[in-house]
Amino acid sequence: MYWTCFVGVLKRELLRFWQQRSRLISALVRPLLWLVVFAAGFRAALGVAIIPPYETYITYEVYIIPGLAGVIMLFNGMQSSLSMVYDREMGSMKVLLTSPMPRPFLLVSKLLAGAFISMLQVYAFFAIAWLLEVQAEPLGYLLVIPALLLTALLLGALGLLLSSFIKQLENFAGVMNFVVFPMFFLSSALYPLWKMRESSEWLYWICQFNPFTHAVELIRFALYGQFNGQAALVTGVCTLVFTSLAIWGYDPKRGMVKRKVGG
Amino acid sequence: MSNPVLTVEQLGYYYGPKQALKDVSFALDAGQYYALLGPNGAGKSTLFSILCQLLQAPQGTITVNGINAARQPRQVLKQIGIVFQQPTLDLDLSVEQNLAYHASLHGLPGAVTKQRISEELARFDMSDRRQDKVRSLNGGHRRRVEIARALLHQPAILLLDEATVGLDQSTRDTMNDHLRKLCSESGITILSSTHLIDEVRPADELLVLINGQIQLQQRCADAMASLQLDSVQALYRHFHQQGER
Repeated sequence: MYWTCFVGVLKRELLRFWQQRSRLISALVRPLLWLVVFAAGFRAALGVAIIPPYETYITYEVYIIPGLAGVIMLFNGMQSSLSMVYDREMGSMKVLLTSPMPRPFLLVSKLLAGAFISMLQVYAFFAIAWLLEVQAEPLGYLLVIPALLLTALLLGALGLLLSSFIKQLENFAGVMNFVVFPMFFLSSALYPLWKMRESSEWLYWICQFNPFTHAVELIRFALYGQFNGQAALVTGVCTLVFTSLAIWGYDPKRGMVKRKVGG
Repeated sequence: MSNPVLTVEQLGYYYGPKQALKDVSFALDAGQYYALLGPNGAGKSTLFSILCQLLQAPQGTITVNGINAARQPRQVLKQIGIVFQQPTLDLDLSVEQNLAYHASLHGLPGAVTKQRISEELARFDMSDRRQDKVRSLNGGHRRRVEIARALLHQPAILLLDEATVGLDQSTRDTMNDHLRKLCSESGITILSSTHLIDEVRPADELLVLINGQIQLQQRCADAMASLQLDSVQALYRHFHQQGER
């Protein structure tokens, strides 16, 4: 019964994704622009020293690959959050929430389905980057799967949590300004944190407290067959906290989604 | 009433300081069509949201076939089918995909799902639209699909929250005929909220909800006779004026 329900939720997300193929293209355009255009311009300006997990000098393009994978998942998490707010405004979220399955199970199923879609997009990006000769170690593409899954869950849970707070679609511009961009730029996605520390100690510490930094580092290490325990711990704990808060947010007893209905 | 399928007792609900439902009590028998009549803002959608557990009422009890909704909410949801006021179908998916998604949310196995989809679409004369995208259907057909979807898990009660709003007169008439036939043929109980008085027929059981309070629960024709009123409109006006006082 639970498996049937989970498969149903996953299938719906896949069908919707397939129906909205332009989503894949727009999800890939952003990181590819960073990889091809931004990185070409910044390669000379931003020299990357040898830092773990890298054992030799790497190009800037190679450095930003994990960060851009994270960005795809960050935007996908926010996209699914946006679609949940839309679903709620349009009413289709009610179909999910009136299922007799336990609500935490339904929300986690939705999270997992969203994470699966995110990972598909990341692998499409890895494939294009590979063709552009920006490559990690071949085994790394397999070993990174758990890190990608955890990151996708973290960012999906954040999206779910935000969707339980946000009452109207119009408020989503604020999410881009106050959540997505700060998370992205105040992280190790585009530049190593020691570079940030050279410029500003307090900015460095903000980056350290950003869970997205740890998610990116988890992916970076996993791509090179290494395990970053601290990054895994922070990402895992934040995923649990965000998921729990989102489930609480969708609880009809205490929920933040409790609002006036018409009629 | 004997063995009611749904019992609501002293239900209350607040939005901040405003009381949306006040001591709402009623009971519904199996196989009957109940029209829940009330103006916009009377509390109909709030009542439906509580019945399908999108909201939790701080006071009152709901029992479905003897099962207490507060104690066994999942068991109760298994027995309720709902069609919301807003359309809730996924426009980019086919009719079958929308129905299959709903069936999966109720844990129905694949073979059962296929069979029930065929049965329900046949019931609403929609079998030939099975593979069509919902986007390509007109408003009346979309509503039929939503009702078919709400029946897939074979609930004991079907809640229709202003399900005919936005449809033209002839589609509404057809839909209303279908729904009454559904009650008599399958034994399901239907509670249909509406503010469109012309949808209520003299043979219907009537519940009038005004300002969050049930003003009447009686067979429409009986209520008209006892108050010596000659139309449903006059009956509704009578209770509306009472509720406003």
